[in-house]
Amino acid sequence: MSQSELTMSTGHEVLMEPSPYGIEKKKLGMWFFIVADACTFATFLFGYGYMRVGSQNWGTPFEFGTILNGIVMTFVLLSSSLTMLAAVRTTQAGEKASANKWLGLTMLLGTVFAILHLREWFKMIREGWGLFSNPTGGTTQFGACFFSITGLHLTHVISGVIALLIITRGYNQGRYNTSHVETAGLYWHFVDLVWMFVFPLMYLMNAR
Amino acid sequence: MHDMSAHAAAHHAPPSGFIRKYLFSVDHKVIGIQYTTLSLVAAFIGMALSWVMRIHLGWPAASIPFLSTLSPNGAPGGVPTPEYYLSLMTMHGTIMAFFVLTAAPMAGYGNFMLPIQVGAADMAFPRLNMASFWVTFVGFVVASATFIIPDGPPISGWTAYAPLSAVGPAAGPGQGRGQDLWVLSIAFFCVASLLGSLNFIVTTIDLRTKGMTLSRLPLSTWAWFINAWVSLLAFAVLLPTGLLLLLDRVGGTSFFIPGGLVVNDKVLQHSGGSPLLFQHLFWFFGHPEVYIIILPAFGIVAHVMPTFTRKPLVGGWKVITYAMIAIGSLSFIVWGHHMFVSGMSPNMAMVFSVPTLIITIPSVIAVLVFAFSLYGANIRFTTPMLFCLGFISLFISGGIGGFFLAQPAVDSYLHATSFVVGHFHFTMGLSAIFATFAGFYYWFPKMWGRMMNETLGKVHFWLSFVLVYCVFMTMHLMGLTGAVRRYSSYVADFMVPQIPTNRFITVAALLLGAVQFIFLYNAIWSRFKGPKAPDNPWQATTLEWDTTSPPPFDNFDGRQITVRHGPMEYDADASVMQTSPEQSIAGT
Repeated sequence: MSQSELTMSTGHEVLMEPSPYGIEKKKLGMWFFIVADACTFATFLFGYGYMRVGSQNWGTPFEFGTILNGIVMTFVLLSSSLTMLAAVRTTQAGEKASANKWLGLTMLLGTVFAILHLREWFKMIREGWGLFSNPTGGTTQFGACFFSITGLHLTHVISGVIALLIITRGYNQGRYNTSHVETAGLYWHFVDLVWMFVFPLMYLMNAR
Repeated sequence: MHDMSAHAAAHHAPPSGFIRKYLFSVDHKVIGIQYTTLSLVAAFIGMALSWVMRIHLGWPAASIPFLSTLSPNGAPGGVPTPEYYLSLMTMHGTIMAFFVLTAAPMAGYGNFMLPIQVGAADMAFPRLNMASFWVTFVGFVVASATFIIPDGPPISGWTAYAPLSAVGPAAGPGQGRGQDLWVLSIAFFCVASLLGSLNFIVTTIDLRTKGMTLSRLPLSTWAWFINAWVSLLAFAVLLPTGLLLLLDRVGGTSFFIPGGLVVNDKVLQHSGGSPLLFQHLFWFFGHPEVYIIILPAFGIVAHVMPTFTRKPLVGGWKVITYAMIAIGSLSFIVWGHHMFVSGMSPNMAMVFSVPTLIITIPSVIAVLVFAFSLYGANIRFTTPMLFCLGFISLFISGGIGGFFLAQPAVDSYLHATSFVVGHFHFTMGLSAIFATFAGFYYWFPKMWGRMMNETLGKVHFWLSFVLVYCVFMTMHLMGLTGAVRRYSSYVADFMVPQIPTNRFITVAALLLGAVQFIFLYNAIWSRFKGPKAPDNPWQATTLEWDTTSPPPFDNFDGRQITVRHGPMEYDADASVMQTSPEQSIAGT
């Protein structure tokens, strides 16, 4: 949501007098985006459940050693929710330097998550995993579900980092304010929350 | 925030350049007109496709002009092949369901009217709104492009059932590049609809003017608001379904392709997928989709009727609104009734049959409210009112067919016959189109500032009304005699006796199409030559009639709107309706 859109609407509100029913519309918009996005993830996870229940030879391709990376990723992503919280708090308190630090840390943790995840992907691909291949001889559906679901989540994390980068830049230049940071925070927490479904369903349930 | 007033002044003035004003406009009124125009173009294309199908059904050997030029492979000598017939059917369904019925009454009129009806200057996110339209436009272009690629459009129907839609070119003409483009087009449409519904919801919650409580919302606004919720949840499921289908097609996965599938004498390498999963996901979207089409129609009728019956609807705003909320919620748990004969467990058929019968209750309540509201009314038979009455008639006729189809035992026989075709054309097709016409005739003076010709409008209504029954009631009867849908020509022995009936439908359908040109002529002539419209030609009671026709750039010319009563709260003593929501009711 760019500056011109914001001023355009505030422009109208100045003329029209703000609506007595108004909640901050950016935040409201983000909540409804989250509702729709949750449905999208739910569809993928439902498809995964349907495949898994209907499969004769699903198997358990992961073991503790292979999901260790996932555990670290979970820890990193959850920590980034905490730093995002601190970023929102400090922007609200007007502590610009401190807010920058927390926003930077959040982006760093998001990037670490993405790197760890991609490293794991490439390792699995080298071992022969793919959208339609399974080196252990079990059903090929595992790869299809794993890569599409974690891929969708990874896209969300990377878009989140880019969005935070834009928001931070705008915040420092005075174009964006606290509510922009808070709205970006809503999205970030949602992406973390989704991981709390993806991790147990894709990793823990598939580990020996 | 420091130079807010400067920005406000800058944005208060309407844009002057052609591109900013008419093409890439952020003004909700321009976007509403863009959507309406796109739907109108799409409707005529979709209708032309149905003519080709009808001519071929009636006269299987007839050569259809221009068709061999459009597709030398699909229609050699102008006679469509069975596959090309399916392509035409797919595109007729796709264009009509998405780009006409979903787009016109919701995105078209909703964009134009909803902000004015709640007393706002624009949508909550104007630039997002512009993006919604242009993404829809790209979706339409991509869908239309399937006609000019060598393979032609896909043959899998608007439902794109897997595995036919998932296995690629091996499945037949149009299943290669054509199906890819189709999935892409639908993905664009999903994104646009999601952005649009988000905008509608936030606008309704956030931008209502002083005094515009929920109980004072016009019923059309209620319908768009509820419908935006349904769209938000339904299109958010179609989008990933399309992505999974695309992965199956280009990524080599097999979500929807079962193992050991033989297509055209070749065993496919896929294994482990489930075609039923596709049907579940598609209809989880698909059934709410038919309510996404009909809810704005309910809203338009509920909005237009009180103006011409000169009295509130029976039960006021509450009964219709609660009925629409019930329909919207229940629409998410009835999808399985599309799958009674799909191989799903018969027990599940029972599970889905019950809510399907329950959802008829709020639908019947809504239609009965419309019908009972006519009682004792001093009705003004204008064209929009006639189309509302047509809506009631068509929805009841189509709805009665629904009672039969909701029973798994009866459906096993009627499934895949033209009974179903007649049923859904009555309920979600023609009912919605009639309500859309009602909205078009009703809001035309506001949208374009000129009146439409009433005589031509009435001719358009009566001819359409009679011919619609000739076409689709006859399809019901043919379906009962066992006429199978999706067959391109009736040359098999047991179907030969049905050819005369088919020809009757074809003639009626062609006449019905011709009648629509009366409407087109009326709309175009009135747009330029019609008499200038007053601010409130119908003596209506909602905010869009409380401003000039067409409204100024910021809708109310900077006027502060304070709403003091709802559109259907009339003064008990007054013989005439209050015409302005700003007027206070006598005695308060």
